[in-house]
Amino acid sequence: MSKHFLSGNDAFAYGIRLARPKVISAYPITPQTIVVERLSEMVEDKSLDSQFIHVESEHSAMSCAMGASSVGARTFTATSSQGLLYMAECLTYASGGRFPIVMMNANRSTALPWNIYGDQRDSLSLLDSGWIQAYAENAQEALDLALLSYYVAEHKEVQTPFMANLDGFVLTHTYEVVDVPTQEQADEFLPPYETDNKMDLQNPRNLAFSAGPATNTAFKYKEHNGLLNAKKIISEAETRFNEIFGRQYTGLIEKYKSDDADYIIITLGSISGLVKQTVDELREQGEKVGLVRIRYMRPFPNEEISQAVQNAKAAAVLEKDISFGNEGTVYTNVNSALKKFGVEVPVSNYIGGLGGRNISEVEIKTIFSSLKTNPSGVNFLGIGVNDSE
Amino acid sequence: MTVSKPVTAKTISKDEFFYGHKACAGCGGSLAVRIALKVLGKNTVAVLPAGCMSAVGFNFPQLCFSNNAIISTFAGTASMLTGVEAGLRAQGITDFNAVGFAGDGGTADIGLQALSGAIDRNDDIIYICYDNEAYMNTGIQKSSLTPFGARTTTTPAGQNIHGNIRPKKNMFEIVAAHGIPYAATASIGYINDFMQKVQKASEIRGTKYIHVIAPCPTGWGIDTSETVEIAKEVVDTGLWYLAEYENGEFKLNHRPKEFASVEHYLTRQSRFRHLTDEDIEIIKTSRDKKWEYINKNFG
Repeated sequence: MSKHFLSGNDAFAYGIRLARPKVISAYPITPQTIVVERLSEMVEDKSLDSQFIHVESEHSAMSCAMGASSVGARTFTATSSQGLLYMAECLTYASGGRFPIVMMNANRSTALPWNIYGDQRDSLSLLDSGWIQAYAENAQEALDLALLSYYVAEHKEVQTPFMANLDGFVLTHTYEVVDVPTQEQADEFLPPYETDNKMDLQNPRNLAFSAGPATNTAFKYKEHNGLLNAKKIISEAETRFNEIFGRQYTGLIEKYKSDDADYIIITLGSISGLVKQTVDELREQGEKVGLVRIRYMRPFPNEEISQAVQNAKAAAVLEKDISFGNEGTVYTNVNSALKKFGVEVPVSNYIGGLGGRNISEVEIKTIFSSLKTNPSGVNFLGIGVNDSE
Repeated sequence: MTVSKPVTAKTISKDEFFYGHKACAGCGGSLAVRIALKVLGKNTVAVLPAGCMSAVGFNFPQLCFSNNAIISTFAGTASMLTGVEAGLRAQGITDFNAVGFAGDGGTADIGLQALSGAIDRNDDIIYICYDNEAYMNTGIQKSSLTPFGARTTTTPAGQNIHGNIRPKKNMFEIVAAHGIPYAATASIGYINDFMQKVQKASEIRGTKYIHVIAPCPTGWGIDTSETVEIAKEVVDTGLWYLAEYENGEFKLNHRPKEFASVEHYLTRQSRFRHLTDEDIEIIKTSRDKKWEYINKNFG
């Protein structure tokens, strides 16, 4: 293990090199570009033995990745925003085909208006595409997710593609000190990809077929179970990861000073770092506040979130997303979880960071203080609107 | 590059790889796929997009390919082929063919971008376009390879418009303009020529493209027994031609001594039966212009 000063994109590329994908297909889009630039350099300098395919679109990036995965090759691609939406057809195709492709998505706003900066409307709008969705907080977690993602995605009980999300610019372009494991450690953690779900010259198969009304539900049920199984396998992978790399992750959510908290912010991605800092400050002032960071949006941590907030007086979901005509998608998912587990804590929704708008410490403090008085509705940070008013 | 003895109808493999499918009687596309796979052999991975051949061949649990085969997205034939080829090669496997079979819409319309990308990268794949001149799987809608004058369900023949008002897109020369190692036109009516082009493609490295005319009795309005005959006739009339592009040069493979009757070819198909003498004259003039070009530019 050695320490490097890396951006989130760099860190992810380092992690992917350690995972030894056989085929990388990618198309450039800001702010994803650096990860594929690094990988192409690694292929050039022969520190990564991989076929780098310069596809002409994101649709082809995913289609190519599926082709490679369908013959048993470990594959990687990366995209963002419009690119993710452009390949959307291929997302359900990859999950339905049970191709355990890993993709990094640099979370970015979606047009219109055009905007290259970070929010999470791109990936959250594709929650139902059948992919595992993880959200990294920092560059170290980004690198580690690159390795963890293959372990989980390729596991026989999962066989599901994995989307690792990094907040555009805030995480993809911000430099941090990152521990980079050795190749020996990575190889110990992640053996080469083995699967029966492939076309094999010795044992020919027909894949990606049609399944009519009589059999379709059974395939979809299996796909659903693959995602549900990921919950157990994520835990297994993290235990194994800790044994080899000495870093323990915390499953589908991370709880930060939330066990005895009266007021909790539930959020995801890189903004969690600032929320943690704010929690520390408020704790010093005697405020019993905490954070629940969602690490995985799929499979969704229904039980974990419910347990984490059940003793709080109020909670707020802070997200860089809005499902127009309704509310934030994370909020919808959280409310559904609480309802299922009979948790009646009032929860409000804060929409922030759209198109890269900064979310300040002052705003996070305001969210905490609002929970004491009037925790309700869908609130837009920076506009001062509560839609229930 | 090894040059094998040209395969013929007499020497072609007895093995079947596309068998037991539910294509319509007289389907030209299924003949093209069946014959090509017999030429290419068992170490072939076939990629087929949404379209007739995937609709008739991949209905779980009745999967009819005895070689490896997979359905791609409609736009993704070439890009999935690229992935298949790269994935196998990356695992040290080299003795295989990666072949795509896409229809005219899947090739000249929705799949053109991905095909262009694959040729640009010179990926080692064979792409076969079976051209039945419309979106037949969805019920005979116009594609950019539907010929001038043809009636389809989206180019109805009425008093104001006589079917499709645009000529066929020139896929062969579009592909050649990429500087592709090998491209060819073919027709299932000249089956030896088609087989030998498939065989030749399998022996060339880089991207190969074969555009084979494959009539659809349902869409063309002919009897199911007439498929092969009309696929021959379209070449004999000069409305289609058999050619190759290789080493940067075009070569004509077959020159009809004199053109067969265009009127006969058109009027025996219900999709053209509404055409006026004037419409037929436009078709003949366009053919003659094309042959002027061929005579000037093709060896």
